[in-house]
Amino acid sequence: MKEALLEINNLCVDYVSANGVARAVNNVSLTIAPGETLGIAGESGCGKSTLAFAITRLHKAPALISEGEIIYNGRDVLKMSDKELRDFRWNDVSIVFQSAMNSLNPVITIGEQLTDVIVAHKRISFKQAAVKAKELLGIVGIHGDRLKSFPHQLSGGMRQRVVIAIALALEPKLIIMDEPTTALDVVVEREILNELYDLKEKFGFSILFISHDLSLMGEIADRIGVMYAGNLIEIGDAKTVFSKPSHPYTKGLIASFPTIHGPKERLYGIPGDPVNLLRLPTGCNFQDRCADCMDICKKEDPLLAELNVDYHAACHKL
Amino acid sequence: MDTTNNPEVVLSVRNMIKDFPIGQSSSKNSYMRAVNDVSFDLRKGEALAIVGESGSGKSTGARVLTRIYEKTGGDIIFKGKPLQQYIDDHGTLEYARQVQMIFQDPFGSLNPVHSIYHHIARPLLIHKRADKKVIDKLVYELLELVGLFPAVETAEKYPHELSGGQRQRVAIARALAVDPEVILADEPISMLDVSVRLGILNLMADLKDKHGISFMYITHDIATARYFAEKTAVMYVGHMVEWGNSDKVTQTPQHPYTQLLLSAVPEAGQSGRRELGAKKGEIPMWKPDTKGCPFSARCPRALDCCNESFPEVTQIADDHFIRCHNI
Ligand SMILES: Nc1ncnc2c1ncn2[C@@H]1O[C@H](COP(=O)(O)OP(=O)(O)OP(=O)(O)O)[C@@H](O)[C@H]1O
Ligand SMILES: Nc1ncnc2c1ncn2[C@@H]1O[C@H](COP(=O)(O)OP(=O)(O)O)[C@@H](O)[C@H]1O
Ligand code: SF4
Ligand code: SF4
Ligand SMILES: [Mg+2]
Ligand SMILES: [Mg+2]
Repeated sequence: MKEALLEINNLCVDYVSANGVARAVNNVSLTIAPGETLGIAGESGCGKSTLAFAITRLHKAPALISEGEIIYNGRDVLKMSDKELRDFRWNDVSIVFQSAMNSLNPVITIGEQLTDVIVAHKRISFKQAAVKAKELLGIVGIHGDRLKSFPHQLSGGMRQRVVIAIALALEPKLIIMDEPTTALDVVVEREILNELYDLKEKFGFSILFISHDLSLMGEIADRIGVMYAGNLIEIGDAKTVFSKPSHPYTKGLIASFPTIHGPKERLYGIPGDPVNLLRLPTGCNFQDRCADCMDICKKEDPLLAELNVDYHAACHKL
Repeated sequence: MDTTNNPEVVLSVRNMIKDFPIGQSSSKNSYMRAVNDVSFDLRKGEALAIVGESGSGKSTGARVLTRIYEKTGGDIIFKGKPLQQYIDDHGTLEYARQVQMIFQDPFGSLNPVHSIYHHIARPLLIHKRADKKVIDKLVYELLELVGLFPAVETAEKYPHELSGGQRQRVAIARALAVDPEVILADEPISMLDVSVRLGILNLMADLKDKHGISFMYITHDIATARYFAEKTAVMYVGHMVEWGNSDKVTQTPQHPYTQLLLSAVPEAGQSGRRELGAKKGEIPMWKPDTKGCPFSARCPRALDCCNESFPEVTQIADDHFIRCHNI
């Protein structure tokens, strides 16, 4: 395996409230290699977005990183000064969030928003930056005429592309995408995915791709990590996670997505409901929904164990 | 498929039109046409999925059927009788009982100050006028039918104490309380956790297969349309462009828009760029006097006549229909 671009070791993120401490990210360790797309899947509330925010230290109170290390290119993100952090956030990593298309400033043209980002972080003139902005819009498939448009004059899909253009502006090595296409129609989603595939080929950045849509994940990711109740419960190459998942939760999750082609048979999904982070059971968090649950599962936490080279899962049965 | 063996038609829609005013003046052009010339049959114990992108008129169609909106044109025939006749005969309550709707947001559709028991007992009291003991029994039976165990305990809870999936089950139980013939489900799973979506789809499938309820299933997710519904109809800008047997529509789509839609669907293991067989283009705003096929600006197969008229219906196989000039 190539030297990691990003390495996360034993990361824990807590939300502290009057009702108690909810650990949204529990002891998560993972790596992302240069040029790799790592997908993080899991149901709502399992900690995917919390993880994404924490990596760039954009998490806000009541979230708190209580343990762990985030190593980017040999540097510890958790120890960076404010200035280092600002540079890191723009020049090294950038982020595209699900609702990002609604976070564009409504009273400033998209051209200006792009140029502002470039001028703020690169030593170039406004004029050069404007040329670059036009080029970036072209890259994400938006005509240069649109530089003078205001966000409300663009469709949701176009706005989301502008956000991707802004994320690309400083040529980061890692882009974190949290449900970047969830709010979009499937044809627009495909247009954006096509742009993304081309851009990745051209610039070679890594992607941390967060989605609850496993079909999409199975298409875009090289490796997939699956989270449940704050824990990484399975991680490995996308093909194996998809075709031969090991963890009962991953199996159930994959069996929750009917496919558009292939055999049409009754699927069973996962029984029960997602767990409450404030009321986790002793032992495996998945025990109440697991058909394979054994006595030990109710007593001891299953730990992530290596099943194969670069393939890990956390389950007592394995 | 043996067409002589089809179950009876429960709900029939013919040439349905729905216009919304867009300006101040009342001239013809200050309307937009959200649904245009839509016709279909919903059969007993079958599901018809309506797929299409945002703004294609799916919800508007369902809202016209439940009389939330009044139709602009066309006919709605329920169990052989035109909707207008229910209205004339003061039978709208009866129609409303038999055609129920469930919504995307199960929280928004439940009242936070009332218990689950109250939500389900109320329609029973209105429609059945039975005594408390009978009502109790029916409430618990319904909760069990939708998979909420233990029923007595669930009945005492309030909406905020349930998960999204459980709330949607309550919404379904409430719709079932009045013995409906038809349930119109508008994106019933899209706001739920991925791990509980299939459970709701399977519940609806059981209600359809074992209890003979007919479903109109509105969704963005064409893979779940194929999974759940016998029939699928594809909408584009208010027009039904292709419909019929779900497997035929999804496995051998014939309309250029359906082909575009299906070629875009994400699929595990299919990585890499995928060419889309259509021009990029904005989705037109349809007006009452707009002519032609709504897909013409993006269509790779467009002919001159495509700007003149919306094509008539062509049957291309058993239970498979499209509206396209260039078949
Ligand atoms: N501001 C907050 N205060 C308290 N708890 C929070 C806060 N934000 C998130 N959480 C909790 O942290 C857990 C993880 O949340 P997070 O948003 O990271 O999940 P997610 O996997 O991204 O979910 P979704 O797919 O719904 O976005 C959830 O249980 C959530 O309720
Ligand atoms: N109450 C309304 N007033 C005006 N226009 C509406 C109204 N409801 C829906 N529309 C318009 O009708 C079209 C179809 O909307 P809708 O049926 O909600 O789409 P879908 O459910 O397929 O996303 C859209 O262009 C929408 O803007
Ligand atoms: S540890 Fe036990 S309960 Fe948890 S997933 Fe494995 S078998 Fe199921
Ligand atoms: S009618 Fe014409 S424009 Fe419309 S889908 Fe068919 S070929 Fe294309
Ligand atoms: Mg999230
Ligand atoms: Mg809708």
